[in-house]
Amino acid sequence: MAQVFHRSTNTIARLSIYGAAFIIALLGWAVYELSASPYVTEVNVAKDQPIPFSHKHHVGELGLDCRYCHTAVENSSAAGMPPTQTCMTCHSQIWVNSPMLEPVRASYRDDKSIEWIRVNAVPDFVYFNHSIHVNKGIGCVTCHGPVGDMPLTWRANTLQMGWCLDCHRAPEKYVRPRDQVFNIRYQAPENQEELGKKLVKEYKIQSLTNCSTCHR
Amino acid sequence: MTMKPNSNTRMDLEAIRAKQEAFGANRLWRGLEELAETPEHRAFLEHEFPHDPAQESDGVPRRDVLKWMAASAALAGLSGCTKMPDQKIVPYVRAPEEIIPGKPLFYATSFVQQGVATGILVESHMGRPTKIEGNPLHPGSLGATDIFAQASILDLYDPDRSQSVIHEGRISSWTAFLSQVADLRTNFLATKGAGLRILTETITSPSLGAQIQALLKEFPLAQWHQWEPCSRANVLEGALMAFGQRMNTVYRIDKADVILSLDSDFLYSGPGAMRYARDFAARRNAEGAPSKMNRLYVVEQGVTTTGAMADHRLAMRFADIGTFASALAAELQVPQAKGFEGRKSMQHKWISALAGDLLKNRGKCVLLVGESQPPAVHAIAHEINSALGSVGNTLIYTDPLEAVPDIDEGLMRLTSDMDAGHVQALFIFGANPAYSAPDFLDFSRKILKIPFRAHLGLYEDETAELCHWHIPAAHVLESWGDARAYDGTLSFIQPLIAPIYDGKTSRGILAAFQGQSDKTDYDLVRDYWKKQRSEIDFDEFWQTSLHDGVVVGTAYEPRTVKPGATLCSFDCGDAGAGEGLVSIPPEKIEIVYRPDPTIGDGRSANNGWLQEAPKPITKLTWDNSAQLSPATAQSLGVKNGEVIEIAFHQRAIEAPVWIVPGHANNSVTLHLGYGRRRAGRLGTGVGFNAYQIQTWSRLRMEFDPEIRKTGKTYPLAATQHHNIIETGNGMPVGQVDMESQNAFARDLVRIGTLDEFKKNPKFAQEMAEPTPPKELSLYPGFEYNGYAWGMAIDLNKCVGCGACVVACQAENNIPVVGKEEVIRGREMHWLRVDTYFRGDIDRPETYFEPVPCMQCENAPCEGVCPVGATVHSPEGLNEMVYNRCVGTRYCSNNCPYKVRRFNFGLFSDYTTDSMKALRNPNVTVRSRGVMEKCTYCVQRIQAAKIETEKQDRSVRDGEIVTACEAVCPAQAIVFGNINDKNSRVAKLKAGPRDYTLLAELNTRPRTSYQARLRNPNPEMPSFGKV
Repeated sequence: MAQVFHRSTNTIARLSIYGAAFIIALLGWAVYELSASPYVTEVNVAKDQPIPFSHKHHVGELGLDCRYCHTAVENSSAAGMPPTQTCMTCHSQIWVNSPMLEPVRASYRDDKSIEWIRVNAVPDFVYFNHSIHVNKGIGCVTCHGPVGDMPLTWRANTLQMGWCLDCHRAPEKYVRPRDQVFNIRYQAPENQEELGKKLVKEYKIQSLTNCSTCHR
Repeated sequence: MTMKPNSNTRMDLEAIRAKQEAFGANRLWRGLEELAETPEHRAFLEHEFPHDPAQESDGVPRRDVLKWMAASAALAGLSGCTKMPDQKIVPYVRAPEEIIPGKPLFYATSFVQQGVATGILVESHMGRPTKIEGNPLHPGSLGATDIFAQASILDLYDPDRSQSVIHEGRISSWTAFLSQVADLRTNFLATKGAGLRILTETITSPSLGAQIQALLKEFPLAQWHQWEPCSRANVLEGALMAFGQRMNTVYRIDKADVILSLDSDFLYSGPGAMRYARDFAARRNAEGAPSKMNRLYVVEQGVTTTGAMADHRLAMRFADIGTFASALAAELQVPQAKGFEGRKSMQHKWISALAGDLLKNRGKCVLLVGESQPPAVHAIAHEINSALGSVGNTLIYTDPLEAVPDIDEGLMRLTSDMDAGHVQALFIFGANPAYSAPDFLDFSRKILKIPFRAHLGLYEDETAELCHWHIPAAHVLESWGDARAYDGTLSFIQPLIAPIYDGKTSRGILAAFQGQSDKTDYDLVRDYWKKQRSEIDFDEFWQTSLHDGVVVGTAYEPRTVKPGATLCSFDCGDAGAGEGLVSIPPEKIEIVYRPDPTIGDGRSANNGWLQEAPKPITKLTWDNSAQLSPATAQSLGVKNGEVIEIAFHQRAIEAPVWIVPGHANNSVTLHLGYGRRRAGRLGTGVGFNAYQIQTWSRLRMEFDPEIRKTGKTYPLAATQHHNIIETGNGMPVGQVDMESQNAFARDLVRIGTLDEFKKNPKFAQEMAEPTPPKELSLYPGFEYNGYAWGMAIDLNKCVGCGACVVACQAENNIPVVGKEEVIRGREMHWLRVDTYFRGDIDRPETYFEPVPCMQCENAPCEGVCPVGATVHSPEGLNEMVYNRCVGTRYCSNNCPYKVRRFNFGLFSDYTTDSMKALRNPNVTVRSRGVMEKCTYCVQRIQAAKIETEKQDRSVRDGEIVTACEAVCPAQAIVFGNINDKNSRVAKLKAGPRDYTLLAELNTRPRTSYQARLRNPNPEMPSFGKV
């Protein structure tokens, strides 16, 4: 009886068996790359906003404190978004006719909120608390990146769990003195490791990595 | 009686009795089904979830599901690549000063039930109320709430609430209504209000009472009627009989060493129940208590939570309780009770022992009578309390709470006037007489004769249907107002939120009728109190009162009254039907009407939390039933779920039977509040309407009905046999040998008497196998160095009210699943209150045991999770990570305590917009296919830890209060850090009564129990039994 398959089929079979391993690995790699890519994580992707608010101008150049607008950051889980009223504290005096600021004035006039597009977000099953991080010596820019250099705000870090755990496992690498938390130009000293260990002890920073720290 | 005994069921009950006798007096059992060991029951127990989803015929073959599952598993990795959609942040334009986003605010207000206020604190997240707690300053709450207050927040967001003004079936407007009211006002001013009628529920509000009185002054011929289907009129009438005036009684349960309850469920229902439960439980403290443990005698017809707490309980027909009271009065030689000598033969041994105990504790004892009992029984109780020196010691008399106490015949007068055409306009505020009025009044037909009918209510209910106008009412959390607490304490009501559907209040409508439609409710309440409190700094009074929710020190002063009635004249006939004592032949069957334990008089029928809350004792959900004793069921030849027809005076209802061990014989309890026609999507058509056969609301008992078997059966959803804790060797109860069964059953609820406890304080710990030593494991144990969270539940205090179950549901976004799913054993409550019985099925002892997650240190669930979705925290919490869970259910299968709940379907409501506002923002809303369970309210733990970390200190004892602990009226649940040796929980756990469930499994639970103690009277004939 004649052979059903040609000889070359053997090669194809071998190739596909060995190849399968590569194909699966390749797929896995592609998935990983995709999930870590800015397309998914939105890292470094500046978002269009109803008003092109520039942190670079307000924070970097004018030197406004983060807490001028994000008032709840030391007390609450949420940092707090400024009400239109906060914008109007200055903009009822300066740039009062700027067309760029018309949405702000309209909001104040019509009592209608400005709808900002969220830049930094964690999933709904993650319960992040700003106040405890700020109180334990984690600077704003440690997570939010160089906000003072952002004309339009973008996400500086993935905010994925692995990234959170980097710090939760080794807080001494990132912690800074409490009085430097809101300093956007703070540079970690050469002896960060040493200083960090001291601060971790002083601030009683726990390395919390159990699930209910964030998931409830 | 047209029924023939059914030979099969008789056999069953005889077998059950024999089985129970074989068990002996110490064996706990959970129900007659367990004793009967029917194949259905066994099958039910063998399956953790008795209805396998694979067997459900939803049209999809199981194999196809598996294929899809394989495909979805292959693609599961890709789900990590989903992009989060853009979200919007919508800040305030002008931020309110006091709101910090992310931080809840608490406002004090009051919850009003049948007119009586209980103080509550409402948690508000950026303007939306999410959770109700008790107000510690309020004397009627002391920080606790009952299930009704807990669940009332669900009513606020109920999508079935009426949302617009309806005029003759069409949507209309408030302004249209106002203009009609203005016309009416002009007409009635001319006629001095002739034909103008107002129908309200019980009102204790001083300001609203005054407003109505002012209206009646302006329209002298107008009349105010009140209608309350389950009113306290009998209590007031009883006082009238005894003292010649209507009085309110306030009990001082904390001062009573001996308590006798005659058909009174004072630990569960009625004004002051939460306070009484607190005071009662505080005196159940056996060790280290400043005063001795109290003793409770209960004589009752049905089985209530109060009866379950009794040291001695006597079941007797409702009708015989008056006879019992008079026999007791005779035994105690109450001067006015001379004519009752002839009744002393009744239960003589019991009564003489009881009387001896009462006399021994003269001035330190109290007698309470149930609200349902006829006035004469209340009058006898007043005489007995007076003779025993209780007045001024264990109880005080005060002015009535009601703005107008003599209101009861209101509806009867109103309907006869309606029929005669005397009524020109009727305003109904909140009441629903079209549903709850007795049939003979024919309210629904007669009301149609009125030319102008307006109804204000939360729902477009049966009464709204019959009215020209329906105005949506504001919920209590949307209103301004005031009311009195059980002891007269003035309590304020302030809104948490602007009326969601532009609801109105009776105040607003009355003001409109008085030509003051420009006045807001706030103005009306504030102006009233400004007039009352003119002599003090009013603004300070107002601000403080609103802040506290209560005006401390405004409880009514005790009034001195002397009873002086001739009790014998109360014998049947003399005082009119329903007023006096009745005696019915012992062989006659009586029907007793009671408000439902969870639905009340029917107003909560559309509340899913209350519908699904297992009723105390029966554990029924979503239905009412005809409850009767095993012996009566035997003589009628009926079984659980069989439908019987009960007929009186040509009116009949069909009701499914539910056999309640311990129920009085020859007596049937029917719970009111079900069988609504227009309650909403959840409540309409659920259960049967017992109001249909009730003759008159104050007549809570009628006898000699026609009872007929219909041959039909009706599925009832009882959770009593759900989530059964199995025996140690993995077999369900009922399949292992008797010896280990007995050992096992003793293990779960450990019970002793006060004397046994005094002889051997560690009796409970010595009852069962101890926890294996730590060295048993090859691995070194984990050292809990920081916080170690634990919970202690004192079974001696738990009154089984189930408030913890509803509070947990509210706090943790637990969904409602519906009757069908409950029957499948899929109710989602994280916390359940197990009920156990012990002894004779005709008069068993009843025990409660709340079971949350045990937070085992060696948790069996953790090891079997393939994805690490349930893991242990360094503080000893058994954590559940919803976002990791893939739904294998291995954990639940391996949990010996059966405290894990699985979302078989998409039980959480993701679509109804109003329900989204209800959710606790700090707890994940779980989706389909996810396991969930009690976490000791980890969101509260984390919030407290964050706050204390910021203040550089550790969490103080009592700073973290779990939802179940906070709500518990009896303070039976204590949570805290067991590493802190001075914490309350550590002290309780170090106490001699402390034990854990299934300790021999070495699970090392963090939840432990304090053994139940009973304090029986050695003189009692039933000593050694309840």
